[in-house]
Amino acid sequence: MADLSINLAGIQSPNPFWLASAPPTNSGYQVQRAFEAGWGGAVWKTLGEPIINVTSRFAGLNFGGQRVFGFNNIELITDKPLEVNLKEMDETKRRFPKHTLIASLMVEHKQEAWHEIVKKVEAIGVDGLELNFGCPHGMAERGMGSAVGQHPDLIRQQVEWVKEVAQTPVIVKLTPNITDIRFTARAASQGGADAISMINTINSLMGVDLDKWLPIPHVDGKGAHGGYCGPAVKPIALNMVAECARDPKVGIPISGIGGISDWRDTVEFLLMGATGVQVCTAAMHHGFRIVEDMIDGLNNYLDQRGIASVMDIVGKAVQTYSDWGHLNLNYKVVARIHEETCIHCNKCHIACEDTSHQCIDIVADAATGKERLVVREEDCVGCNLCSIVCPVEGTIEMVEIPSAKAPLSWNQRQAALAAGGSCEL
Amino acid sequence: MSIPNELAKNFAEVVPALKPMEAIHEANRCLYCYDAPCIKACPTSINIPSFIKKIATGNLYGSARTIMESNPVGASCARVCPTEELCEGACVLNSASKPIMIGLLQRHATDWAIQNQATLFSKGEANGKRVAIVGGGPAGLSAARELARLGYAVTVFEAKEKAGGLNTYGIVSFRLPQEISLWEVEQVEALGVEIRTNTRIGVDVAPEELLEQYDSVLLATGMGNVPQLHIPGEELEGVLDAIALVEDTKTKALSDEMLGKKVVIIGAGNTAIDAATCSKRLGADNVQILYRRTVQEMSCYQFEYEFAKQDGVEFRWLVVPTRVLEENGRVKGLELVRMELGERDEKGRKRPVEIPGSHFVIEVDYVVKAIGQNRHLSLIESFGLQHRNGIVEVEEGTYRTSHVKVYAAGDVIFGGGKTDAMVVDAANHGKRAAHAIHQSLSDQKQPV
Repeated sequence: MADLSINLAGIQSPNPFWLASAPPTNSGYQVQRAFEAGWGGAVWKTLGEPIINVTSRFAGLNFGGQRVFGFNNIELITDKPLEVNLKEMDETKRRFPKHTLIASLMVEHKQEAWHEIVKKVEAIGVDGLELNFGCPHGMAERGMGSAVGQHPDLIRQQVEWVKEVAQTPVIVKLTPNITDIRFTARAASQGGADAISMINTINSLMGVDLDKWLPIPHVDGKGAHGGYCGPAVKPIALNMVAECARDPKVGIPISGIGGISDWRDTVEFLLMGATGVQVCTAAMHHGFRIVEDMIDGLNNYLDQRGIASVMDIVGKAVQTYSDWGHLNLNYKVVARIHEETCIHCNKCHIACEDTSHQCIDIVADAATGKERLVVREEDCVGCNLCSIVCPVEGTIEMVEIPSAKAPLSWNQRQAALAAGGSCEL
Repeated sequence: MSIPNELAKNFAEVVPALKPMEAIHEANRCLYCYDAPCIKACPTSINIPSFIKKIATGNLYGSARTIMESNPVGASCARVCPTEELCEGACVLNSASKPIMIGLLQRHATDWAIQNQATLFSKGEANGKRVAIVGGGPAGLSAARELARLGYAVTVFEAKEKAGGLNTYGIVSFRLPQEISLWEVEQVEALGVEIRTNTRIGVDVAPEELLEQYDSVLLATGMGNVPQLHIPGEELEGVLDAIALVEDTKTKALSDEMLGKKVVIIGAGNTAIDAATCSKRLGADNVQILYRRTVQEMSCYQFEYEFAKQDGVEFRWLVVPTRVLEENGRVKGLELVRMELGERDEKGRKRPVEIPGSHFVIEVDYVVKAIGQNRHLSLIESFGLQHRNGIVEVEEGTYRTSHVKVYAAGDVIFGGGKTDAMVVDAANHGKRAAHAIHQSLSDQKQPV
């Protein structure tokens, strides 16, 4: 059994699986059920001035007959008075002292407001704070949430205010609704944040009702943009985590969030620099019990590789993530189609023919009279499209063609040319 | 409840429709192959990946139209096509997973069209030409639909009370309810095609009349009743024609005469299976299929064989009836002789050879003949058409007969093959013959 416990900027947790601040962490009842199910931690639904919610709050994106590839919501922060939340948090922490309880906070842009709420929540013994600079809907219109997260100066300022009084580690939750998240991550770091978490949800309109011509969801005939999350956002989140992880100017631990649905997603985020993950949509889709396979799968993955602690994989793939200008222009892969498992759906042919480089031919075999798919390797650019559309895993393999030439990146090439040298591709 | 009403339950469609969610899941499982083998395996070349994609996107009108565009009897074919021999047999997923349930998806889309009373096609602008179609079965309807869309004034002459042919009268209700076939007839009639039912060519209307009054004539009369066994006692009460037996279950109140009786079916094609399962569902106590060869040689589809076995039908191989025994003018028993397989015949099937002295008698109440179908010889000859044993000879590709104005399609040109004549083949013939007629009549319009 591998050691699954983590240490995120001084915050200890029995495992890397936390529930993100969201509807699943709205009450003591829910968070305690989650801890019973095995979740290592929970970030409580954002505390602040209680709000009024609308009804009709969520929508799902279905794809290919599957439900909830994506998900969005227009629910705001907690609608309960702070005292009620604190009482339930206190009760939860007493029942589950070893589990990680984080308070998510969002107040107006005032030093006293931040000081006051930090002191109140730390008094009941939370393990850390998460500043919600990410919520893109509703609260942002009132100058909070992502309205803060889109301005490095505001982030830096508010983190500083929090750090003036905070006794526990401070995590800053960032919005992805921004051109380059590294700038806001750096601002958090400069303000003294102990960690960052990302991503919060993405501005989104889930759909339009084809019969009523109304936004989905709508509230009495009107809709507003919501926060988008779920499996579909994972690649966006993973990129942002990796970009921050490899940026020396950020330099603080990351809690990964965004479409994480199982242990495989978790391993990817950890390898790309996250120390632990936060989950919401998958739990909302299937319930808290999904954490069982997350724990089991992660443990088996580590055991099978002889890795003693989950912390040993954190960031291990970060150095492989780079800029385009550093990629080797002399590296070449081509598609190889394995006849023995090919089912002749010919999707590779038409994908290549119509939308890529026209190098997969349907050739009638003179001996058998049957058709074969043949890659003209000299014309193959190694784009991977055929292997992506092939329905039978492993049937189209991208094979490396060894190059006689030394590795050469675009940056190296340009540098060599600038220095007056020649450059062979 | 009266007994016939009890029996009616036995004739309700046996294969359930896909539930909406099932259909969506199955449609999404389709790979949407390029140059898909299922299309090539369909005699009418339905663009199967396309109609399945349309189910997945909720475009059921478009899906039904894609199906019916290629196959004017596509709703019936969704139920009666031997899909495992055709589209589903060709599905690439056979080698990686399970084939897509194409037949059931086709039924899902066409059922939608039926239930929503969708108008799928409209008639073409009148071109002043007239075509007579003899026979309102799958081939005739298919041709009529195509010609009407091309602007022809089409008259279908149908001997029976209703059109639809085999689909209306000859396929057991628990496979194909009659209303499906009649919906397809309505679709054709809605294009302005006149269907003259209860009208026999050569009896009510002379062939010459058609040849004189129409620009082209399409012969799509299918096949007739089951031929004679040529054994003593064949005329006795209780000796039935399989096709008539099935037709009775589709057109009359169900009879309770077979309740608790012993029934034998002579033959082992798909019609024999239909007769056997019908008999079982009419309450027969014991139903046996008697066949002169063995399980390897019988012409019914594998799934029909399995279906009959599940219905409790018994099979007796290597026997041939030699005499029907009587009591009070009715069937009482059947004398059989045992066979063994000898040399292969010209089709490669082993020829059954009688074992001398192996006669024996079984007790039966009904003998149902299902040994093939007669040809409408006199009708074919009344048009003066060249034929081979009642199989009308046509030009490859155009379906034109030896008479320049007469075309033929469907079972009337079916000359035997690996399987029985298929509805989908008839639909394809009719469609292609219609286009050949159009080609020919359009060419005539061109100034020389």
